[in-house]
Amino acid sequence: MSNESAGYKVEVNFDLCESNAICMDIAPEVFEVRDDDFLYVLNETPSAEQRATVEDAVSRCPKQAISLVDLPSEG
Amino acid sequence: MSAPVRSLTIVGASLAGLRAAESLRRSEFDGRISLIGAEPHLPYDRPPLSKQFLAGEWDHERISLSAPDKFDALELDLHLGTRATGLDVAERSVTLENGTTVSSDAVLIATGARARKLGVADRPGLHVLRTLDDAIGLEADLAAGPNRVVIVGAGFIGAEVAATARQRGLEVTMIDPAEAPMIRGLGVEIGLVCGEVHREHGVDLRLNVGVSDILGSDRVTGVILDDGSTIECEVVVVGIGAIPNTEWLEGSGLELDNGVVCDQTCLAAPGIAAAGDVARWPNQRFGELMRVEHWDNAIDQGTYAAKRLVAAETPEPFAPIPWFWSDQYDRKIQLAGRTKPGDEMMIVDGSIEERRFAAIFGRDNKLTGVFGMNRPRHVMQFRRLLADEASWDEAIAFGQS
Repeated sequence: MSNESAGYKVEVNFDLCESNAICMDIAPEVFEVRDDDFLYVLNETPSAEQRATVEDAVSRCPKQAISLVDLPSEG
Repeated sequence: MSAPVRSLTIVGASLAGLRAAESLRRSEFDGRISLIGAEPHLPYDRPPLSKQFLAGEWDHERISLSAPDKFDALELDLHLGTRATGLDVAERSVTLENGTTVSSDAVLIATGARARKLGVADRPGLHVLRTLDDAIGLEADLAAGPNRVVIVGAGFIGAEVAATARQRGLEVTMIDPAEAPMIRGLGVEIGLVCGEVHREHGVDLRLNVGVSDILGSDRVTGVILDDGSTIECEVVVVGIGAIPNTEWLEGSGLELDNGVVCDQTCLAAPGIAAAGDVARWPNQRFGELMRVEHWDNAIDQGTYAAKRLVAAETPEPFAPIPWFWSDQYDRKIQLAGRTKPGDEMMIVDGSIEERRFAAIFGRDNKLTGVFGMNRPRHVMQFRRLLADEASWDEAIAFGQS
């Protein structure tokens, strides 16, 4: 993946999200489906070490509702 | 295998096949990948076909499995609109309907399954639902405003089509010879709860009765049930299961028995693997030969089998916990695990009355599955317990915590 040194941001398209909670299963420290059945992103900017796990969650989302956006590096 | 795999043929251009190709490119495999598809369409997502697409809310573009630029970046050798007709196992070469032969170092079989039909003559108004073209035809018939739609088979496809047709304001009768809808996936008790949800939404649900014939020659005019009664309708949707597409492999030497029989690493022969709806393999976790038609499994197994074919070392056996979801009306149904008739069942959250609950299943003091109706959080929590092979007592204790 490109630009690995810079950070990235987790974005969820809530028009697509159906709260299947697969992302929570894969990356519970980033995604949480709460009792109201809605998905909450606990950490929008996970660490570089978490990226592979978060990417797995992105690709396994039944609705393809999650995307990662590379953030421009500071300075 | 001794020589490294430098080229791969994927037979089947749906979810398992596409995700296999994507995972190979992600892992920096830069050899040739040939993708063969019987349908003329680029890979598309099937779950919306019975829901948003059939409701007329989403179009073809919306259900694409891959954005055009991402798909192009895979640099596939693409053969669409032509089905595979044969496989030479020793040469790993696939022959196509259009006369082409594609030879590679390895072959991934992902030809999926097709809708089982009733065994009566095709005619306008009589539908199955599996492909995009099926969905386009059925959507047009629903949009024409029939007086009644009869669904033959109250499995997941039938139940989803019933829900969508009701949401379109159509009268719906759903018929099944079993004592509860979705009985194979959910069991009697939960299946009956789902049946009640359909009745509450106005579906005329008839259980313990089958269909003996379809009326109308130029066009469907009704169905005859095996209790002798007749239901008038203009549209019939048959949802009675799927048959794995293995005919093209007959005579290849591969073992075919309700799917392509593989070892526990999804290998059917040296350099040949299978994944998705067509694959049958011993799932170590459950100690049984499984063929799984779930969306999630197509991704997992496609990815796994691709890796199995190109990796230098043999990976750990493929032993996932089956999981699926189904959306009907405003209810999200999910089941994880492998439940069987006779399993103990316990509600661990919510209640059947409020149509929002989680239930766990167990056998021999082991947790075997979890069901949720609008309870995705609980399903995922118990799915993790399933992965840890939790005992029934541990699962109950977790549910009460």
